[in-house]
Formats: sequence, structure tokens, C-alpha cells
Amino acid sequence: MAVLAAHNLRKFYGGAEVVAGVSFGIQAGECFGLLGPNGAGKTTTLRLCLGLTDPDGGSVELMKRPVPGEARPARARVGVVPQMDNLDPDFTVSENLLVYGRYFGLSERAIRARIPQLLDFAGLTARAASQIQTLSGGMKRRLTLARALINDPDLIFMDEPTTGLDPQARHLIWERLKQLLAGGKTIVLTTHFMEEAERLCARLAIMDRGRFITEGSPRELILRHIEPHVIEAHGDGVMDWTDHEARKLASRLEKSGDTVFCYAADPTPLLASLANRGELRYLHRPANLEDVFLKLTGRELRD
Amino acid sequence: MWRKLAIPSILGNLADPLIYVLGLGYGLGSMLPEVGGVPYIAFLAAGMVCSSTMNSATFESMYSAFSRMHVQRTWDAIMNAPIDLDDVVLAELAWAASKSVLSGVAILAVVWMLGLSGSVLSLWVIALLPLIGLTFGALALAVTAMARSYDFFMYYFTLLITPMNLLCGVFFPVEQLPAAFQAIAAFLPLTHAVAIARPLLLGQIPSDAVLHLLVLLAYAAAGFYAATVLFRRRLLK
Repeated sequence: MAVLAAHNLRKFYGGAEVVAGVSFGIQAGECFGLLGPNGAGKTTTLRLCLGLTDPDGGSVELMKRPVPGEARPARARVGVVPQMDNLDPDFTVSENLLVYGRYFGLSERAIRARIPQLLDFAGLTARAASQIQTLSGGMKRRLTLARALINDPDLIFMDEPTTGLDPQARHLIWERLKQLLAGGKTIVLTTHFMEEAERLCARLAIMDRGRFITEGSPRELILRHIEPHVIEAHGDGVMDWTDHEARKLASRLEKSGDTVFCYAADPTPLLASLANRGELRYLHRPANLEDVFLKLTGRELRD
Repeated sequence: MWRKLAIPSILGNLADPLIYVLGLGYGLGSMLPEVGGVPYIAFLAAGMVCSSTMNSATFESMYSAFSRMHVQRTWDAIMNAPIDLDDVVLAELAWAASKSVLSGVAILAVVWMLGLSGSVLSLWVIALLPLIGLTFGALALAVTAMARSYDFFMYYFTLLITPMNLLCGVFFPVEQLPAAFQAIAAFLPLTHAVAIARPLLLGQIPSDAVLHLLVLLAYAAAGFYAATVLFRRRLLK
């Protein structure tokens, strides 16, 4: 069953087409990842799906309801973890959950009954009465996640849920998201952490300049777009080695700063060549999603 | 929210106008003959009730609403629930109006305690306060919808709130002004609020009450409409 379907979505800002004809469907119970560099149109796509802005073309169906026309009842079944924490600083941790539940029309009694399990899920039971300002970044994120679950949603949108978190906090969020998926929730996730997408998403799309440029499981994308072996080499003389040897041995080369990325189906000749170059340092690893991402969206900086 | 803010809100909104009433009322009033047939402080009381209600609604709709919308992003969070932007704007208006009623009632209570108004008719002012709050709250929300930062609000205070406090019969009768300024004052909403509140506090039935009420209602409706249009343009683009 599709819980979200977008058909040929378009959105213009000024003269620029920020979302340029995007179509996708999300099935109940899956975790769909939307990857892309900054400014690719990920957040705008989410806003269109939630009915927070009107599309200039195309259509959205969220929880079987047309959006933006019936966005309100559709949003009643949806939870959102926004990119920026927007917890209410006037309230304590548990008051934030209580007030937010009221926005869904839930009774105070029903919310109060639900708060302990949400606090437990977020690991914030001991901080129930704390002011928001006293929470760490990781705690705020977990509370924002718990807040998004106040209405027991079927579908949860997460806009870069772990941006700005330390590794411990990030792993905890991942673990919680897996728990939600195991419980049958559907998750739509935007991120630019490839590891996050690889770990969590069964299916993902890479978005750039308003378009989906590829779509599939992490494994499929790696097989489809990239050679299976990567050798990263750096050190004095690496450019000399690149020009005289690596260029002939690798099927594809990329330079980034003083590191050379060599992509190859068979790494043996490259490794043999490197063995004769003691001054070079190198790392041989299997290709991953980040290699796909960088190949498809380029290495230049985005703002 | 009310539980947390009630006491500081009443105290904060009471101190300033009270100083005006007492300082100007007794200080300046002692040098003045009667104004409009009553002691100056009794004349000033109605002006201060209206003006502090206006100031409180304005402040709440600008600084506090802007904080929640732009700085804390509370509106974004609310709009992810099944609540639309127009609902949020209406709720901000209701909040600003109710806070301003609280400060208006606080001044009114002081006026009664000082014996500046003994008329039963003055109770009607309590019914007028929500309309004053809605009018100035709605106008200020439209300004907030255009604001890029807190600095922007100074324009509104300098260009509209301060002139209204001086031109609309708060401190002296509008009739004292040159004809041109009287004409301007006739268009400003605070003039109409004072024109209803002052007779009521002095125990008289206001003349042209319906007209004054309609002007306030028109400003409230226009302000709210402009606010919803401007906020939609700003936040739902």
C-alpha cells in the first residue's frame, strides 16, 4: 500500500526550478532515503508532500488524501522531525510533548498516558521536568523525535535527523529509527550522510538540481554506477604516480585535494604498482554509496 | 502558558501606564484647570486604559509573535501538525488580545481604586477592551509579517504608535489640535477607542458609539486580512 505518492512535482522560486518534475511512491513499512547536496531540493520536496507549499505542477497523495487539498487530515497521521530543532523554549520536556499533542486534538489525558513511553524511547525520563535550554543537542533531537511520535503516526518525515550530532548521539538515533521500522512505521529520510542512508534505507533516490538522478537500493546503486574497488592514494609524488602509472591501470580517476581516487574492477595491478612506491600511502576499500554520490553530483562545493 | 506568564505580564504592563497616570495626572493635573469638566487625572484615565491596551497588544503581536515565528520556529512545528497557517495567525491574535485585555483591566482596576471613575457605565469598558486588543493586535501582526528583524518594529512604533498616543486624545482632547491634525486623528483607530472609553468612565453614554465601534472593527478586519495574506506570502512560498 502506498502511503505517499508524488507525481511529476514541480516548484519554482523566482526563475529557478527547485523541484523539476519529481515522481516517487513510498510503500507502507519501508524506509526511503532522499539524498542530495545542499540546495538539491530535498526540503522543498518534503514541504510539498506535507502541503506546506503549493506545487507549481504535479500532484501529491499523502495517506490516500490529495495534498494540499486535504493536507490537514493527512498530516494527522504523519510525524515530522524538522531539520532545525524547534522545541518550545517556554516549556519543559514533558510540557513540550503535552502541548504538541494538543495540536493534534488529542485529549490531555490521552497525551499524559503516552508521555512516559515516549520519554523512555527518547532516553529522557530523568529529564522530564528540565527546561529545553539545559538539554544537549542530542537530547533535543531525541525529544524532537519523540514529539513527532505523539500522534502515533504511520509515516514519519525526517529532514536530516542527525546533522550536527556527535557519533554517539547519531548511533542512538539510528538505533531508534530501526526500532520504529521494526514496529511497522514508514520513514522518509533526507540526509547527506551516506552511512546513514546505507544503514537505514532499503531504497533511496539521489536528488540534484531538483531532479531524481538515480533510484534503487544502496547495493543496486553501487553496482549500477561504480566500479567495485577503490584505492585512495596520497603522499609526495602521488601526482607523478597518477600520471605515469595509475592512469593506465584504473578504469577511472578522481582528484580531490592531494588525494587520488582510483576506481577499478580489478585492483591487483594498481596494488602491485603501489607496492613499488614506498613513499605513497594508500587505502584499498570496497566502493560505497559516497563514491556513487560524488560521481553523480560532482566533487565541487555546494552552498 | 498563562500559568507561567500571568504575574509578570500584569506587573510589567501595569507599572508603565501607572506611572503616567500618577505622574502626569497628579503632577501636571495640579497645574491645570479641569479638562472637559473633570479633573485632569480623571480625563487621563480613559486615555491610559486605551493606550496601554494598544501598547500591550502591539508589543505582543510584534516582538513575541516574531520570536515564535522567526527565531524559535514554533510556528513551523505547529504547522507540521494538522493546523494551518491561518489558524496560527488567528491564535496569535487571540493571545495578543487576551494579554492586552489583562493589562487594560489592571489599569482599570487602579482607576477604580483611586476613585477616578465611580460609574456603573465604566464596566462597559471591559467589553470594549477585547476589541481594542484585536484591532491593534491585528494591525501589528500585519507589520510582523513584513519584518526581517526586530529593528523593523521601530518604524511602526515611531511612525504610528507614538503619533497615535499623542494625537488621539489620550493626554488632551483632540479638539486642542490644529484642524489638519484633527483630520488625521479622525482616521486613527486609537481616537475611536478613546471616544468610547472616556464617556463610559466618566459616567456618560458615548455619542456615535456605533460609528466608533465600526471603525475599530474595520481596522481589526483589514489588519487581520492583510496579516494572513502577508504571512502566507512569507511562509508558504
